[in-house]
Amino acid sequence: MSRFLLIVRRDLRIAFRQGGDSSMAVVFFVLAVVLFPLGVGPEANVLARISSGVIWVTALLATMLSLELLFQADYEDGSLELLALAPLPLETVVLAKCLANWLLIGLPLLVAAPLLAVLLHMSAAGFATLALAMALGTPTLILIGALGAALTVGARRGGVLLSLLVLPLFVPVLIFGVAAVDHAIAGLEARPLLLALAGLLLAALALTPWASAAALRQALE
Amino acid sequence: MKRVMHRFATPAQFLRLSAAILPWSAGLTVVLFAVGLYLALIGSPPDYQQGESVRIMYVHVPAAWMAVFVYAVMAAASAVALIWRHPLAYVAARASAPIGACFTFIALATGSLWGKPMWGAWWVWDARLTSVLILFFLYLGYIALMNAFEDQTRGERAAAILALAGAVNLPIIHWSVEWWNTLHQPASMARLGGPTIHGSLLAPLMVMALAFGAYFVTVLLLRIRSELVARKVRAIRLVRVQAAEEARLTRQARHAEA
Amino acid sequence: MDSLMVFLGMGGYAAYVWPALAVAAVVMIALLAQTLRSLRAREATLAALKEEPRGGGPAAEDA
Repeated sequence: MSRFLLIVRRDLRIAFRQGGDSSMAVVFFVLAVVLFPLGVGPEANVLARISSGVIWVTALLATMLSLELLFQADYEDGSLELLALAPLPLETVVLAKCLANWLLIGLPLLVAAPLLAVLLHMSAAGFATLALAMALGTPTLILIGALGAALTVGARRGGVLLSLLVLPLFVPVLIFGVAAVDHAIAGLEARPLLLALAGLLLAALALTPWASAAALRQALE
Repeated sequence: MKRVMHRFATPAQFLRLSAAILPWSAGLTVVLFAVGLYLALIGSPPDYQQGESVRIMYVHVPAAWMAVFVYAVMAAASAVALIWRHPLAYVAARASAPIGACFTFIALATGSLWGKPMWGAWWVWDARLTSVLILFFLYLGYIALMNAFEDQTRGERAAAILALAGAVNLPIIHWSVEWWNTLHQPASMARLGGPTIHGSLLAPLMVMALAFGAYFVTVLLLRIRSELVARKVRAIRLVRVQAAEEARLTRQARHAEA
Repeated sequence: MDSLMVFLGMGGYAAYVWPALAVAAVVMIALLAQTLRSLRAREATLAALKEEPRGGGPAAEDA
């Protein structure tokens, strides 16, 4: 457990030392959401109607943009090889890095989301569900994205390729995430949808670290 | 199981086997398409509701079925490749991807052309079309990943992992899109094709499906043969380059001694 | 002739049915053509490589 936390702390420390990268994702998130009223018009009911979708899609894109960095730096300076040889299983290393990534990017997105929901005139009934759905969804996105990052580490045009790979895999999270919020706003039961999101998270936790580790071993061969 | 796999393990054995099968699968493809197209266009009645536009179904539905089937083949080949490291498995996966992508594209295009007279729009976010669109992106991603590395082996292995991840995800994606579609579908829109297909429409559909299947087998065998030749070329070139390099170094050493 | 025109007309849906069939045909034939062309080209390269003297001139000199 302590080794696991060690890697989490290491990634966090590196990120803070380097500054910029993680805050870029949140800034992108805010900017992209702000573009929508400018593009679509300030009518409150139009914005309210699209608010859940816009917030989810831009959160998805923001997460995706930050994924490239997950393994790239470690791969380039050789620390990934050392981590692979360490006594800690590579799968656990992947989980630790995902947790660090979530703390750096997922959590700020989660905090920013309700504020942006206000900007888009989302009905108050949706806020709690939005926060809960994103709390369940953002870790899932990062876990799935980590697989994409592991597969493309060291590839040419890695960033664009990563997007092409992970976006189809993000679709279920997007669909259930938006539906949960929309249901809450309409006064319908959102719980089954939140349970579906929780199910996706559990599945991602169980399956992706194993696949990501396999992909990383590929890259290091 | 292992014995079966080892019998076809070497390229030479596969080349011999495929050379024997190819004329038959090619012939079968032609015959099935001839019969299928006759049944589809002439030998079957127009649909009560959709009229003659139902003829598109005889191409759209088999293409969609094949798009998913080929993905399953790709995923199975990838699993065999990763678990048993069977040399032909990577080749089979690599060879099937473009065929699957083509089938997916056909399904999308014909679906759109079928949708326009039926629903009045070139594109509708129908559960089927949306799922097939996402499948199309999965194929493109697979092909892109496979070719994204200098080292071909790395690309193939990464793509194999991706194929399996996609295979796990595909049912989830399909299920979520189906669910999403029923959520948003206006009540008036009839489900395309309905839950049951009338008997007289079934026969042409099945023949066309078999025709598409025979086409897949034929093109797959050709593509695997082609890939095996390409690998042989690469291997020979590698050996030659290494030999030339060795010769150069020996020459240098000799001149240094002299 | 009449029945041919009726057949081609496809009950008014001709503008959709024939292009749909055409797209399927074109894609599948193009894929087959590309596969065959690539196979022939690779086989030709292989044959050419087998013809060449092994390892090129300079190594043969020293032997």
